Amino acid sequence: MEQFVTHSGIAVPLARTNVNTDDIIPARFLKSIRRSGFGKNLFANWRYLEDGRTPNPEFSLNRPGSEGASILVAGENFGCGSSREHAPWALREYGFRCVIAPSFADIFHNNCFNSSILPVALESSEVDTLFKILQDGGPTTFHIDLSRQIVTAGAGDVYHFEIDPFKKSALLEGLDNIGWSLKHLDEIHAYEQRRRQEAPWLFTEKSAN
Amino acid sequence: MPRTMFDKIWDAHVVRDEPGEIPMLYIDRHLTHEATSPQAFAGLRERDLRVHRPESVVAVIDHNVPTVPGRRLVDVVDDQSVMCIETMEENARDFDIPLLGMNDEEQGIVHVIGPELGLSLPGMTVVCGDSHTSTHGALGIFAVGIGTSEVEHVLATQCLLQQKPKTMHIEIGGELSPGVTAKDVALAVIGRLGTGVGTNHVIEFSGSLVSSLSIEGRMTLCNMAIEAGARAGMVAPDDATIEYVRGRRYAPTGELFERAAEQWKQLAGDPGAHFDAVHEVDLGTLTPQVTWGTNPGMVTDVTSTVPDPAFEDDPVARLETEHALEHMGLTPGQRLQDVGVDVVFIGSCTNSRIEDLRLAAQYVSGRRVADGVRAIVVPGSMTVRRQAEKEGLADVFHAAGFEWREAGCSMCIAMNGDRLSAGERCASTSNRNFEGRQGRGGRTHLVSPATAAATAVAGRFADARDL
Ligand code: SF4
Repeated sequence: MEQFVTHSGIAVPLARTNVNTDDIIPARFLKSIRRSGFGKNLFANWRYLEDGRTPNPEFSLNRPGSEGASILVAGENFGCGSSREHAPWALREYGFRCVIAPSFADIFHNNCFNSSILPVALESSEVDTLFKILQDGGPTTFHIDLSRQIVTAGAGDVYHFEIDPFKKSALLEGLDNIGWSLKHLDEIHAYEQRRRQEAPWLFTEKSAN
Repeated sequence: MPRTMFDKIWDAHVVRDEPGEIPMLYIDRHLTHEATSPQAFAGLRERDLRVHRPESVVAVIDHNVPTVPGRRLVDVVDDQSVMCIETMEENARDFDIPLLGMNDEEQGIVHVIGPELGLSLPGMTVVCGDSHTSTHGALGIFAVGIGTSEVEHVLATQCLLQQKPKTMHIEIGGELSPGVTAKDVALAVIGRLGTGVGTNHVIEFSGSLVSSLSIEGRMTLCNMAIEAGARAGMVAPDDATIEYVRGRRYAPTGELFERAAEQWKQLAGDPGAHFDAVHEVDLGTLTPQVTWGTNPGMVTDVTSTVPDPAFEDDPVARLETEHALEHMGLTPGQRLQDVGVDVVFIGSCTNSRIEDLRLAAQYVSGRRVADGVRAIVVPGSMTVRRQAEKEGLADVFHAAGFEWREAGCSMCIAMNGDRLSAGERCASTSNRNFEGRQGRGGRTHLVSPATAAATAVAGRFADARDL
């Protein structure tokens, strides 16, 4: 996993609530067996006009000064809907390293960590302030420090965020989850042996063919 | 200490839980499909890893399959879909995983075939790279949708790294009149509590209304738990659950079944168990529900009207409503029963099981689909399809002017070529009315199979109770 320690970048607003994973990357673009190639279709239905190619000038990511944005500020329940990890892949490939919102949908939230995107949950009122900064001043550089768990925005306003300690250290170190879990293979085998006695029907050798 | 059903299942599956770490949870059943797994298998190959327990995994091809009768590989909509299908076949072969391929007689939507074949059993942990995995919770399962990196993790280790979610109890009271279904219950609950109510929580549903639902109805309810933001939805196993499971193809048999059933009866939460959040919803005498907007919480009675954003106090909600009405091409105050539809879709893991088709057929029988309406039925599995043909339901649909398709996700997600054109309006028994979900520019209204059937006949939203 790619590390995340600190990050400075241009923040852009997406002032909508309940942005779902079909909004982030429509299903018609999921048909790939790779992890890449999704960035150009990020927010495709909003970002392009009817022809699917011409940038929609109304969409916040297309406004002047938004080029190279790497921090997205959005409304509550961001990432709801499907489990598609293509959503954070598309965000990452576009260039986002961090999404700030009052709340995130669960599966999306997990998927972000596995895609090296930091989801930062702030209070609704704080996110509203960020929207205001971005609307009044245009795209602005924010700074994020994961070890101190702070976002610095605009005129130096500092916002603290909470994060699961294990996930935090995993991002700071760029931990490989599978490698970590495989170190505990003995415990997995011991569990299986015990469960085989307690609930043997879960271990029928060829359950389907 | 008294425990909830979820606590019991969780406790039985913890492999390791050390302070400062994230718990490792053992996964009993891993269902996988062609749309979200290719990168996970590619990851295993890169690491030179095998699947930890191939017999715990079942793969199915459902999202990209064509549903035209007698489908063959040449019917697959495009090269990318062919690639997804062939990659799944290759991965199943190389990693020794059983596969229900496009022309397998047990093929179907992953969340329909799990319970139907007895692959998902009470008390299990079930994962799938798909958010509607919550469906399986209807049998008293902790069933959770995961991302592709997690799919790879479970394939490699049989475990999921997961913080224990919070618990929520939703008790639902009220009664259902004929023509009102579990789908209406799910929509009404989301309409009242909101699409984010379940975030970070596992919901246990109970109450008089829930107990009265069939097992298939409970699947519809748990399927939609994800639309309430929940990690998973569950209903405690009762006698109906055990009878549902008995005799299923891969369920235990004989003495082993009886032993299992004894354990399943112990799964219900203990009296006094603590939940982190509790909601009571009394639905009274529920009216059929229709969504008018672009998330499942934007819902109202079929007898009602499109809301007026001007009456919305919260500015954010007002803007959302305006956006939604613009996309949906609806006018504030418009009566839903005056809104005409172009397409009726009966299908998806929410409402494509045999009971759903029986119900829809009941309202269609002896009637015709309205002129200008395209109506299709896509059974949830080939098993459901055969059963419906045996019962004569397929004939009823044919006679009424419905298309009768083969099993798959179809127009629920519009990856396989079945989709809406821009501006088309659809009464759909699926689970997501997100913008563009059924095809770019398409307009989706979520309804029950009864409402879909009545709407197909009327050509506009209709109340099945009037038929
Ligand atoms: S039917 Fe729809 S919701 Fe269900 S698994 Fe298929 S695409 Fe997902």
